[in-house]
Amino acid sequence: MAYSDKVLDHYENPRNVGTLDKDDPNVGTGMVGAPACGDVMRLQIKVSDDGIIEDAKFKTYGCGSAIASSSLVTEMVKGKTLAEVEAIKNMDIVEELALPPVKIHCSVLAEDAIAAALADIKAKRAATTKATA
Amino acid sequence: MQLDFSNNYFELFELQTVFDMDVSVLDQRFQQLQRVLHPDKFASASDAERRWSVQAASRVNEAYQTLKQPLKRANYLLELQGLMLNEETDTQMDPMFLMEQMELREALGDVESASDPFAALDKVSTQLGSQISDSADAFLASATSEDWSQARTIVRQWQFLEKLRQETKSLEARLDDAET
Repeated sequence: MAYSDKVLDHYENPRNVGTLDKDDPNVGTGMVGAPACGDVMRLQIKVSDDGIIEDAKFKTYGCGSAIASSSLVTEMVKGKTLAEVEAIKNMDIVEELALPPVKIHCSVLAEDAIAAALADIKAKRAATTKATA
Repeated sequence: MQLDFSNNYFELFELQTVFDMDVSVLDQRFQQLQRVLHPDKFASASDAERRWSVQAASRVNEAYQTLKQPLKRANYLLELQGLMLNEETDTQMDPMFLMEQMELREALGDVESASDPFAALDKVSTQLGSQISDSADAFLASATSEDWSQARTIVRQWQFLEKLRQETKSLEARLDDAET
């Protein structure tokens, strides 16, 4: 199967590969995995106090489309608010990368990774609010 | 020769529909069926009978491939329970498990640059092998006590281990090639 140029670009030059400190109260970590292909994806976001995503890192073990989807996501989320990021849907990724139907599940994985990272940062913030209240 | 296509794969080989099986019995029954269904035996048969034998042989083959591999067998047992893995749409897994998987994949990625790649690979293979055998044990326990929801969780995790095992195998082949 031929990959689109955009997938190849992200696959060959992945953006923002790496790790943020998962214990940092401003970092949300999302870990997801797809049993069908055994792909594992970690997406981390660093959120400022006023709710803007300052940094994002990913690490993905999987096919080219899964790597490209998560690489693209790190670019998409930077500078956005939590609410804006929440609105990102897998079809945005599919369109941007021109993913074929058989690879749509890779974009679903990336969307789920965003949701998991958001849930993590929200849980962390809720815990801190409670602790200081 | 009677072959009931409404039988499940286990019944096709006259085996009990359980995870724990003697693979040598499966092998033996498979060979018997293959002999019975061999195209030579149908050389002078009617078109309908020949068509039937081809269909039956392919069904028997599929059944054998499914039951022979423990993970596929486990998957098939879940399917018989009407349980789907939702492999592509359900990405929620135990984060601790995924973290561990990530670490194992990182370790595998470091193998080639290790001072002794074979020893490094061996370490990953051993850990993986014991996790896979734990999965098989845990699946057997859950299936036996008919805790199918737990059995499903185990199979979903097992899929990741199996994928990594295949990658370990192909890395091993690459290292062997480089050696010679």
